[in-house]
Amino acid sequence: MSEETKQARSKGLHLEELLLFEIDSDACGVDMDEPEDFTPRLGGLQRKDAIGLPGLSEPQVMRHYSRLARQNYSIDDGIYPLGSCTMKHNPRLNEKMARLPGFADIHPLQPVSSVPGALRLMEALSEKLRLLTGMPAIAMTPRAGAHGELCGMMAIRSALESRGGEAAGRKRILAPESAHGTNPATAAMLGFEVDPIRATSRGEIDFEELRSKLDSSVAAIMITNPNTCGLFETQMIEIADAIHDVGGYLYCDGANFNAILGRVRPGDLGVDAMHINLHKTFSTPHGGGGPGAGPVALSERLASFAPLPCVLSTQDGLRLIETQADAHEHGASPFGRLGAFHGQMGMFTRALTYILSHGGDGLRQVSGDAVLNANYVRASLQDVLEVAFDRICMHEALFSDGTLQADGVSTLDFAKAMIDRGVHPMTMYFPLVVHGAMLIEPTESESKASLDSFISLMRELAQSSAEDKKAFAKAPLHAPRKRLDETKAARKPVLSWRG
Amino acid sequence: MSEKQYTKQHEWLSVDGDVGTVGISEHAQDQLGDVVYVELPAVGKTLEANAEMAVVESNKAASDVYAPVAGEVIEVNPQLEERPELINESAEDKGWLVKLRLNADASADSLMSAADYQNFVKNES
Repeated sequence: MSEETKQARSKGLHLEELLLFEIDSDACGVDMDEPEDFTPRLGGLQRKDAIGLPGLSEPQVMRHYSRLARQNYSIDDGIYPLGSCTMKHNPRLNEKMARLPGFADIHPLQPVSSVPGALRLMEALSEKLRLLTGMPAIAMTPRAGAHGELCGMMAIRSALESRGGEAAGRKRILAPESAHGTNPATAAMLGFEVDPIRATSRGEIDFEELRSKLDSSVAAIMITNPNTCGLFETQMIEIADAIHDVGGYLYCDGANFNAILGRVRPGDLGVDAMHINLHKTFSTPHGGGGPGAGPVALSERLASFAPLPCVLSTQDGLRLIETQADAHEHGASPFGRLGAFHGQMGMFTRALTYILSHGGDGLRQVSGDAVLNANYVRASLQDVLEVAFDRICMHEALFSDGTLQADGVSTLDFAKAMIDRGVHPMTMYFPLVVHGAMLIEPTESESKASLDSFISLMRELAQSSAEDKKAFAKAPLHAPRKRLDETKAARKPVLSWRG
Repeated sequence: MSEKQYTKQHEWLSVDGDVGTVGISEHAQDQLGDVVYVELPAVGKTLEANAEMAVVESNKAASDVYAPVAGEVIEVNPQLEERPELINESAEDKGWLVKLRLNADASADSLMSAADYQNFVKNES
């Protein structure tokens, strides 16, 4: 984009933005003296040309990022109803606590003896997570939900190997269609064979099909509960008993733990391993100055295989265990080391703050409000949009494009029309088991007034889809960019700046 | 070349001698929407029936394509790398994915005729 284009496109203080390379001028930047008496030791590898960084002054850089930030949309701007992503408010108290120097300014390589408070915080969070999951051990190291899945499944693999015999050779993982897509990916990554299980017309796992596939070759079942259709898997206990009867394990994807928090303890359902996405359930930021955190709750059967490094409560107080030998002395047999360090302190601090500031009754209300809000949206829209499953949902309401399709409007058109009306769209075309899926997750953060305003807009759009078909196909008209050619972007991606 | 036969996972198979051509059905391309990328198997790879053979990616989703019968990959559609849209334009002809040399004992008995497949699609939705 040229400077002229930029000016032409900037309207009403909505500023168009150039790339840093386009702002580049030779006149500024940081000047450094040429080093004197410098003998390079890189041989033929020494760079000969300029490295091509743009020359920019500090005000240019500040304005660039500040203008880009204004084009961002976040939960701090308005409702962000992305189903399956749980875009909930991040309380500012979390941020205040995470910025306390005792938590913010410590380094993973400083002597452990100098950070007893950090160990206490990790143990305090672990204790709360044990309480909420009803499971005896928490692996704190995983850096994200999918990393947590990997951790849980590695613990399962280690448990099978330690049993030896036929157990060590088990290769099959059953993964229902209603599970998160990362589940089969995790299993495949660890060398397991994935065997899918169909969903019933009620959106749940087909238990009969599952039972017919169970035998002693099955290592584990991976279930997302509540599942990706926003529905509670009601046969969870029967499924747990069935897999345990054939000597396998039950992995639960805990991404949707926010819907059952304080009401259902996964340990009571027979779950052997479950990751918890701290950003979804415990209001840490998506992102947040580094990796996220996906602690994994483990059952008695798997607890001793939790990875290094871990914090253990010993006779000498809390200790950070870093080696296999040290772990063995404390009766543990970690499957290995999952990361260089113990986890993401910033996320731990925020999650613990959220838990302590809510208390037990507050956390029960979090899940209650999240489910109530989703059902309010479902009930308020079900006469104008087609609900995918006509039953009480959990934390997210799922619609298909049934009524829209009849009007010649696609889910994509509908979502783009929402942008024109100043509302961020919901998740689209996921889950795949529902045609033209629209998955709405309001979370507990939205007030009734905010939900009513969202619902009224959605109703208006749904009711005008028949007559405004052409307008829908052109939307968004009021966004800085009109309808983008997503197909071309995917087929012929331009991934770097071409000067 | 034989009549096309179809699988429940929406692949089609057309057999000429011991060579089977495989693609995804017109219905499948319609459900997927604009195809943006196709991942094809290496020539020479042997596949069991129902083994994962290719991946077709659209704006909406990435879907596995399974081998309808057992065989060895002898050719993949060279045009799809540059023009994945061929699958949308001509799913059951120019948008073919893979040619397999069928195993001697390969059986297509469990596959559906075009008419049966149409009924299957109607009942599925």
